[in-house]
Amino acid sequence: MVETHGLHKSFGRLRVLDGIDMRVVRNRVTAVVGPNAAGKTTLIKTILGLIRADDGTILVDGKAIEGDDAYRSRIGYMPQIARFPDNLSATDLFDMLKDLRGATARVDDRLIEAFGLSGEASKPLRTLSGGTRQKVNAVMAFLFDPDLLILDEPTAGLDPVASGILKARIAEDRDGGKTFILTSHIMSELEELADDVIFLNEGRVAFAGPVDDIKTLTRQTNLERAIAAMMMRGAAA
Amino acid sequence: MNTTAKIARFEIKDVVRSRWLIGYALFFLVVTDALLRFGSGEKALLSLVNVVLFVTPLVTVVFATVYQYNSREFIELLLAQPVRRRQLFGGLYVGLALPVSLVFVASVAVPVMIHHADNAVKIWTLVALLGTGLALTAVFTAIASLIVAKVDDRMKGLGLAIVLWLLLAVLYDGVVLLVVTIFADHAIEKPLLGLMVLNPIDLARVVLLLQFDVSALLGYTGAVMRQFFGGGAGVAVASVALTSWIAAPLLLAFRAFDRKDF
Repeated sequence: MVETHGLHKSFGRLRVLDGIDMRVVRNRVTAVVGPNAAGKTTLIKTILGLIRADDGTILVDGKAIEGDDAYRSRIGYMPQIARFPDNLSATDLFDMLKDLRGATARVDDRLIEAFGLSGEASKPLRTLSGGTRQKVNAVMAFLFDPDLLILDEPTAGLDPVASGILKARIAEDRDGGKTFILTSHIMSELEELADDVIFLNEGRVAFAGPVDDIKTLTRQTNLERAIAAMMMRGAAA
Repeated sequence: MNTTAKIARFEIKDVVRSRWLIGYALFFLVVTDALLRFGSGEKALLSLVNVVLFVTPLVTVVFATVYQYNSREFIELLLAQPVRRRQLFGGLYVGLALPVSLVFVASVAVPVMIHHADNAVKIWTLVALLGTGLALTAVFTAIASLIVAKVDDRMKGLGLAIVLWLLLAVLYDGVVLLVVTIFADHAIEKPLLGLMVLNPIDLARVVLLLQFDVSALLGYTGAVMRQFFGGGAGVAVASVALTSWIAAPLLLAFRAFDRKDF
């Protein structure tokens, strides 16, 4: 569904992406993992067009995204930090997004119900707690029934109940045919959800493949230890 | 409705509810009202000119800078939608400049109407005052957009905005005087005109004061301007220069925004 070839990006002298070749397979959950500052968020934002790559190509469904904006109508994005205009409500926000996406967009507001957000939806966003704002953030990613969902640390700041609801929804939608790219620092969570792992280290892909492969490769029984083993190996090399 | 208008409409909804803007409206309502209540037509309007030249750039540049830095994460969210950067940039600029402009016009015009001061002064003077206030709002919103697009650190950006205002609104006159004193023996009218074009606030002042019969307040550049062009042509030249002051920063800001990494 998503492919990158030779993706490079530097911020000043810092090389954040140093030739990323990767594939995200349709109908699977792909976890992008790696140590802090490995380039995870940069990679995600580059796929979304928020960051302009210095070099390399990104294909979504076989089509290069360069100069295209329509491909984003099929993507739902949940950023790491949720900050919205202070004086507007969640309903205002949802309405605007619907307006932007046009009449053709199918609207799926099941998550609003599931999170019990209906009561909060009319309050100004600045008065909402961090966790509630994160719920609004999650709702927006799922709102237009996208084929591809890109979630950056989706459960950060959510309480266990909300996080459980979100995870259940991810699993359900994956089975329903959607594709996910997600990052997380919580390995047990990725273990639950992820089918494939892309391990980034210093801007390069250190490993890419099914979760079971990384476990076999590192001779570990769970994902957390397998990733830790990869990181140790990276540090030693 | 096109995408740019949709984004602008949404932003306007947020901006008009901001306390800053409500404060800005109250400020001009009170000041205009007070000046008209305690002064007479032409004189009151002249004082108002000075307030507008001083306050409009400051409030606009600071508010626009702070607001845009605070919208950063929200802009990221919008960029993840099927929206072109050009549409987004246009929408964000209009959505910010328009409500600030309308608030300025309304909160100056309403007290003028209430006091029936529009009979006491020439209507063109009032139009010129509102027009230059609008132009300054557009100029300083564009400058703020440029700063926010170029400088990632918000404290640095805000500092830059304030320093720039200080330079243009306060220090500039001193520099002009210095130049005049140093080169007193030379014919410096033309270089001085050039110097004036470099400052949108000074341009606005000349446009406004050419409306009044008060050479003393014109300042050195204004006096040169009048001597050089007389009334009408001077206003035209200054207006063109002022328009470039909107277009140039806005174009540069768009270029930076279009290439920016969010």
